[in-house]
Amino acid sequence: MNTTQQFRFIYKPLVFAACAVPAVLMLLGIVGKGPMDLGADPVNRLIHACGITALNMLLITLLVTPVRQMSGWNHLIRLRRMLGLFAFFYAVAHFTCYAWLDQGLDVAAIGADIVKRPYITIGMAALLMLIALAVTSTNGMMRRLGRKWTKLHRLIYVLTALGVWHFYWQVKKDISEPLLYVGMFAVLMAWRIGWRFRGKFAPARAPEKI
Amino acid sequence: MKNHIPRIAPSEITPEEVYLDRRQLLAAGFATAAVGALGAKPAMAAAPPALAPLTAARNSALSITDAPNTFEDITTYNNYYEFGTDKSDPAVQARNFNPSPWSVTVDGEAEAKGTFTLEDILKGQQLEERVYRLRCVEAWSMVIPWTGFSLASLLQRFKPTSKAKYVEFTTLMDPKRMPGQRDAVLRWPYVEGLRMDEATHPLTFMAVGLYGKTLPNQSGAPLRLVTPWKYGFKNIKAIVRIRFTETQPRNSWQVAAPSEYGFFANVNPAVDHPRWSQASERRIGGGLLAKRAATQPFNGYAAQVASLYSGMDLRRNF
Repeated sequence: MNTTQQFRFIYKPLVFAACAVPAVLMLLGIVGKGPMDLGADPVNRLIHACGITALNMLLITLLVTPVRQMSGWNHLIRLRRMLGLFAFFYAVAHFTCYAWLDQGLDVAAIGADIVKRPYITIGMAALLMLIALAVTSTNGMMRRLGRKWTKLHRLIYVLTALGVWHFYWQVKKDISEPLLYVGMFAVLMAWRIGWRFRGKFAPARAPEKI
Repeated sequence: MKNHIPRIAPSEITPEEVYLDRRQLLAAGFATAAVGALGAKPAMAAAPPALAPLTAARNSALSITDAPNTFEDITTYNNYYEFGTDKSDPAVQARNFNPSPWSVTVDGEAEAKGTFTLEDILKGQQLEERVYRLRCVEAWSMVIPWTGFSLASLLQRFKPTSKAKYVEFTTLMDPKRMPGQRDAVLRWPYVEGLRMDEATHPLTFMAVGLYGKTLPNQSGAPLRLVTPWKYGFKNIKAIVRIRFTETQPRNSWQVAAPSEYGFFANVNPAVDHPRWSQASERRIGGGLLAKRAATQPFNGYAAQVASLYSGMDLRRNF
């Protein structure tokens, strides 16, 4: 098997299955099966579970580049689109649970929330950006947009920051979990900055001996 | 009018060994490993200790007729940060808390001060059952059949003086027994307070039981306050101190976030929490597709309590 076949038949299906596990657990929870107990307030639990999984997927997507740079295994980038699309999937599920299960598709109430509640405003902004990235994630779009594609997809940094902020802002008091996400995001961004300036401030390496 | 709500017979409580099914533990462990943040079933959950029955007639005049939430919902979905900040935490972490022996210190502006055992506190009290709405500041609600007695009947025994304008309550401070107190989530111990007229209002209740049984630990055993027209955080649990004061007590949530939580904390659909709407609420137990219900002023108790606040700006005194 060549590398393309390995990805198509082994790695991609495995990663897909792993990313689908939270969704399967939630669906099982809804019908009262499996290990995930939705508890006394299943609506809230589902909203939270989808949201936190979307954040996890975003951070995992942002982990691809550092791992690739560290390991030198450049093929890893072939998994990035799928990871990003799973982030999109869970974010849409998060919004759907809120709009449908929590707000009963009351458009006026949802609109008022988006306008009046800053944490919902920024969550919504992040979701819109994520939709734009998902729509432009196809090969055709990459070709058509060319260099602009790379610029557009840098929005992932902005929307992940907004997503973490959205999480931080809605917590009542115990901010330890949101802070963990702030920390993880900061590490991922710090790596990028460090990588960009690698070698710039370090002493020049001695020329290799032949 | 007695016993017309479902009681849980001891035989219905799942034995610990059955509940702690090994396969379920393994599955829960796997799920936790796979998706830790998703909130898998707590692996250490076990049957609660048997609770002694408490017989009390229902006070129909002060009870609502809505069907109460299930015992399971009421006792597994708790905001009780002394036993963890997750709503499923207290049921697990308070499991081995022993609320006995218990005593309550009464001090401040009163004549009959001192330290009283729980038995002293309960002496002469006619226990009754009241079915009350509970509205959490987080915009969810429940219906709960409490057993207890009116706070007024207890407070008068301590002969508060004319200087007693407020009553302050304090929760037990014991990080060894209340593991949540090891984290500085709130300033411990938890403190709450009421104005004297609120404290002596006929609706204000001291609960020692739930669903015809002794109060479970995660519900605030052995003694907790119930003020049904106020947000749930006013209902201080595991009370060890009652102090009569001349000045308004600083309650814990107000100290933690004064722009978000006030002293009065009356349920008010017209005054939103800065970060979320208080106009509607989700009734726990309605399942996935239940519609939100409109929140009522004073949680539906306006006819009884609105007069306590006449002339007050409830937007400022939230």
